[in-house]
Amino acid sequence: MAQSVFRIGCGAGFGGDRLDAAVPVVAALAEAGGPACLMFETLAERTLALAQLERKAGRIGYDAHLVDRLAPVLKNCLDHRIAIVGNFGCADPEGAARAIAGLADRLGCRVPKIAIVSGDDLVSGRDDADLAALLATGVPAGERVISANAYLGAREIAAALTGGADVVVTGRVADPALAVGPIVSHFGWDFDDHDRIAAATMAGHLLECGAQVTGGYYCDPGFKDVDGLEAIGFPICEVSGDGSLVITKPEATGGCVNARTVKEQLLYEIHDPSAYLTPDVVLDLTAVEVSQIGRDRVQVAGARGKPRPETLKATVCYDGGYIGEGEISYAGPNALARAKAAMETIRRRVDPALRLRADLIGSASLFADDDGRFIAEEARLPPTSDVRLRVAVAAVERAAVEAAVYEVGALYTCGPAGGAGVRTSVRSRISTGSVLVPRQFVSPSLQFLGSA
Amino acid sequence: MDTVGTRSHTILLHAIAHGRAGDKGDRLNVSVIAYRPEFYPLIARAVTVERVRELFAERRPAGIVRYELPRLGALNFVIDAVLGGGVNASLNLDGHGKSLSFRLLELEIEVGAETIGQIDHLREEKP
Repeated sequence: MAQSVFRIGCGAGFGGDRLDAAVPVVAALAEAGGPACLMFETLAERTLALAQLERKAGRIGYDAHLVDRLAPVLKNCLDHRIAIVGNFGCADPEGAARAIAGLADRLGCRVPKIAIVSGDDLVSGRDDADLAALLATGVPAGERVISANAYLGAREIAAALTGGADVVVTGRVADPALAVGPIVSHFGWDFDDHDRIAAATMAGHLLECGAQVTGGYYCDPGFKDVDGLEAIGFPICEVSGDGSLVITKPEATGGCVNARTVKEQLLYEIHDPSAYLTPDVVLDLTAVEVSQIGRDRVQVAGARGKPRPETLKATVCYDGGYIGEGEISYAGPNALARAKAAMETIRRRVDPALRLRADLIGSASLFADDDGRFIAEEARLPPTSDVRLRVAVAAVERAAVEAAVYEVGALYTCGPAGGAGVRTSVRSRISTGSVLVPRQFVSPSLQFLGSA
Repeated sequence: MDTVGTRSHTILLHAIAHGRAGDKGDRLNVSVIAYRPEFYPLIARAVTVERVRELFAERRPAGIVRYELPRLGALNFVIDAVLGGGVNASLNLDGHGKSLSFRLLELEIEVGAETIGQIDHLREEKP
């Protein structure tokens, strides 16, 4: 009999993902009965800086939807010994761990053993001038670093699970590490076994965006049809001891798993496919083969690994000033010409020193460049009788942005005929930069809640 | 005599390939994946760095690299400095450049009648 597989499901692929996504995944893992784990990826690049600001303001510094996400599945996971690993700790992994303990208590679960992985935060409580100088290279001169977090690897996650954790809460880790940790812990693989770690990393990469491998972000009616997007099944990866993978999804859910969905996700956010850098391994995808072996079952094999990089990537966040947006619509005969007249009016009214972009939504917007070269080519603008002018401006000073956006509202009486539906907004922004940090500056740590 | 078979047709890349766009900072990657393995050589010939540079000309790409993945029947394009500084600096509604896979799939390419026949078949096929 072949060695049994280890199943790892994904319950969220980004911070805004469906809150009920994990329910069918956990049901399928429980029914399969073998060793299994559930991962949640909820941290985007800027999420940490926002969470950091929230925490400093005395509000929740971990994933604001943590309890909503875990409440429908926590008991089932604990009952079936399905460990949960998530980066939903954000800027406050310990706070998240306490919230999970509280949730378990309210749900009448057994008391979970909760592990906290930290050390990604390179700013709070750190007093190292060399590190601070290095991080400062990731932001423009004169800008203050709001947050800086290193992408940690999977070792502490694996150690937590080997140490009996039911739940592992992390802050910033490389997304695939959320799968690499559980897989390595289960099979007892060595982190120097580069091809095995590469296979686990590929599993994590395929899972980390949730439904993006099971028919989400894929449907193109008439070309790539997908049924049941309203109840799309999130992925489960069956990992074998030899490092081969099968991507599948729970029965009776929407979406699909086929060679095409898997290839799209395999290459998602990949640059050089022979060298995908992660904290644990350099992944080479060039020999990977993808084959459909059954309905909603795709085998993926052939990942190769090279030794991990000497440095860790860190994302550095700083104040990005303000962005303002104003929109107004024109419809019917000559609508495009009226919208363009409104656009020109705004350009003449707004301080030319401001960065300003105009879109003619319904004719040209997403594909156009920020500098207006695309939109300036008359012949490229598809005709439309229903067009929405969008103006976006950015500046350091809020007042300058507000003044520019105010001009869009004034188009009601001073602009072209038939303008309607003005909406405006102004919000602050956080900008990010990247720095490669030598490993000696980063000390990942593992502790269990209640055993400080 | 096969005069029909040698006539060329202009189609959108979208008819024979699919793909997905991703971002890291100001760098965009777009995969181009052949719907069928037999389309891959055609795609590899037609979708060159030069053609992609023309397509994104107004964004003034700083560099374009094309990676070939014949085992997957796919190309991966990495295009630098086309996202208006990246999602946190761009004024585009689509600061991530997520929609730009379909920009690449708008590319017009020349194919023979044989390929046209395979596309018709493709549209009846359930993946």
